[in-house]
Amino acid sequence: MSNVQTKPLLQVDHLSIGFSQYVKGTQKRIIHPIADMHVEINEGEIVAVVGASGSGKSLLAHAVLGILPSNAIFSGKMLYRGEELTPARMEKLRGREISFIPQSVNYLDPLMRVGRQVQIGLDPRTARAQQEKLFLQYGLQKNDGRLFPFELSGGMLRRVLFATSVREGVRLVIADEPTPGIHPQALSEILRQLKQFAEDGAGVMLITHDIISALEIADRVAVIKDGATVEISEASAFEGNGERLKTEYTQRLWRALPQNDFDLEFKREAVR
Amino acid sequence: MPLIGENLGHYYQKDRWIIKDTNLSVAPGEVLGLSGYSGCGKTTLSRILAGYISPRIGRVSIGHKTLERRAFRPVQLIYQHPEKAINPKWRMRDVLIESYTPSQDILDAFEIREEWMNRWPVELSGGEKQRFCIVRSLNPATKYIIADEMTTMLDAITQARIWHAFLGICKSRNIGVIVVSHESSLLNRLCDNIYKVGSGG
Amino acid sequence: MQGVQEGLNVRKKMILLLAFSSGFLLVILFLSFWLSNDNLRLSSAKNLAPNLEHLFGTDWLGRDMFTRTIKGLRLSLALGAFTSLLSVIIATLMGVCAATFGRTVDAVISWLIDLFIGMPHLVFMVLICFIAGGGVYGIVLGISLTHWTALARLVRSEVLQIKNVEYIQISKSYGKSAWFIARKHILPFIFPQLMIGFLLMFPHVILHEAALTFLGFGLSPQTPAVGIILSEAMSHISTGKWWLVVFPGVLLVGVIKSFDSIGEKLRILMEPSSANE
Repeated sequence: MSNVQTKPLLQVDHLSIGFSQYVKGTQKRIIHPIADMHVEINEGEIVAVVGASGSGKSLLAHAVLGILPSNAIFSGKMLYRGEELTPARMEKLRGREISFIPQSVNYLDPLMRVGRQVQIGLDPRTARAQQEKLFLQYGLQKNDGRLFPFELSGGMLRRVLFATSVREGVRLVIADEPTPGIHPQALSEILRQLKQFAEDGAGVMLITHDIISALEIADRVAVIKDGATVEISEASAFEGNGERLKTEYTQRLWRALPQNDFDLEFKREAVR
Repeated sequence: MPLIGENLGHYYQKDRWIIKDTNLSVAPGEVLGLSGYSGCGKTTLSRILAGYISPRIGRVSIGHKTLERRAFRPVQLIYQHPEKAINPKWRMRDVLIESYTPSQDILDAFEIREEWMNRWPVELSGGEKQRFCIVRSLNPATKYIIADEMTTMLDAITQARIWHAFLGICKSRNIGVIVVSHESSLLNRLCDNIYKVGSGG
Repeated sequence: MQGVQEGLNVRKKMILLLAFSSGFLLVILFLSFWLSNDNLRLSSAKNLAPNLEHLFGTDWLGRDMFTRTIKGLRLSLALGAFTSLLSVIIATLMGVCAATFGRTVDAVISWLIDLFIGMPHLVFMVLICFIAGGGVYGIVLGISLTHWTALARLVRSEVLQIKNVEYIQISKSYGKSAWFIARKHILPFIFPQLMIGFLLMFPHVILHEAALTFLGFGLSPQTPAVGIILSEAMSHISTGKWWLVVFPGVLLVGVIKSFDSIGEKLRILMEPSSANE
């Protein structure tokens, strides 16, 4: 289990998020896309949050960042470095100590030169130099900074997105589905960059539905189903037939992957 | 009568070819995989094969007959996102019946419960909606089905179940299937042959 | 489960406002049928200031102003309903045609819309009204022919937006006819916009009817219409008969405001972006 010396960077306990919705006429109803979520991330650790679309994994990220829509109601405990994460604190930390790599390159401003977008939030005096250093680090040309997003390829835009999330003193990186169906080369590069964050001492929350690629870099995996954490296991437990996994659901999920015993589900049915 | 795409080529902006010189054929009952990563043109190719767009060059035919646009198309396409493929203002029963009235056997094969029929689309999960989309594409007149990233958004257990039921019915009816996916392990599991898209373009 | 019982939520408040506005309009409608035409006869009780018997006073011919105003408003409501309906139909046809029948049709209709928007519509209305020979006929034609443009634009963009949606493409792949798709997919989608367009057209029509009549191009002087009441009363303000103008005017503003707020509230309730607030 987690090391005793490293203190948890982020602790999410019994998180529940509800939205009020009008059903028929004036009746209001609260729906709970997230009912009971637990996650814990230590410094220098990569935790993969794995679940199908609609399981509420993106909402978890939004809750930690404090960017939920206004009709959301949440309860539960979120601790960051041992202290409670209040909305005011989230706002202070967001983009500084906690950084977010969104799902899509559409999150970039299409009308702003990419160099300037990377400079946002940096110390204005050194911003330019720092941005150029970051571009170098991510294999982008120095004068790429003068280009607009539409002039760059998809892979380069992803690198720009990463560059916007690197800040002095980042302690927690939240990456929301950074690898949707992309080329294996680009995939391994993204994973390498996430790993780099962890090696520099930050905690990384990798939200994805692709267990296999998450396992390449993650230390632990949290499995999410219908807004609740089913299980948190060491990444190394995902091997063989999943005997070391704790819950039956995760075992079945693991074995149902096409890489493993894809057909097992129906063989079981047939026996039953 | 196989589904044949000959010499297909398409672009959206002039001279920026997304696919070019693509030839492929699927026989009834065959399962063909289309593999490729995002942006390689596999969605464009599947929309051409299903008759949603006409290619700039080349032609698509079933048994030497080109597809007719006005009638029921024997090549059906199943999309990645069921929420966009279903009219949000229709009840699920109407969504099914727009295509045909499915028999109880098919509903059972996909574990569609009677009580889901009277619900609105927003009241079902993505996996549940996708089952409806699959059932409605299995019209008696359907000869070929193209599944474009059909289970990418679903969890592995649901994915395995849906494919099992789906391929079972297609085999029994001798329907040809084209599986479009970026996940090669899934394609290896399901397909007889695999065609790599975008190696030329 | 907090927040389930929070008393009056936003939606309830809106519905209350809606009920109030519609109630006000219904009362006017009801009164207009209940009040007898006898009150419109000429009598000796001329130029009376408002009192208990004549709530809005009487005019220089001894007619009860309350009855005249209410009956005038009923005529305005009926005209409004008919004209709004006509212009919603024109807008829907034009909008749907522009969006579905290809570029040439779209260009022609867009040009027409620009033409109608570009012209000062009061001038246009007067012209059409005059050509049609005035009266109810002229007003309906004049207003509905000049007021379909904004809604037609909206319908056009809505249809363009929904036309290529995946579920409509799928419906086409089942070999469904254009008529089926228009009826089952597209009309239900644009219906809320049409409804709101219809309601928001009402106050326009009533105001313009009053304006046209006031200018002398509309209804004939013996019909009890608000426009006529106001235009006649204008000449009496200087002699201190303020009630001839103030009450009909205030009531007219009230009716228009009611329709406006009904339309506006419905729009907020129906739009997904603001519906759950």
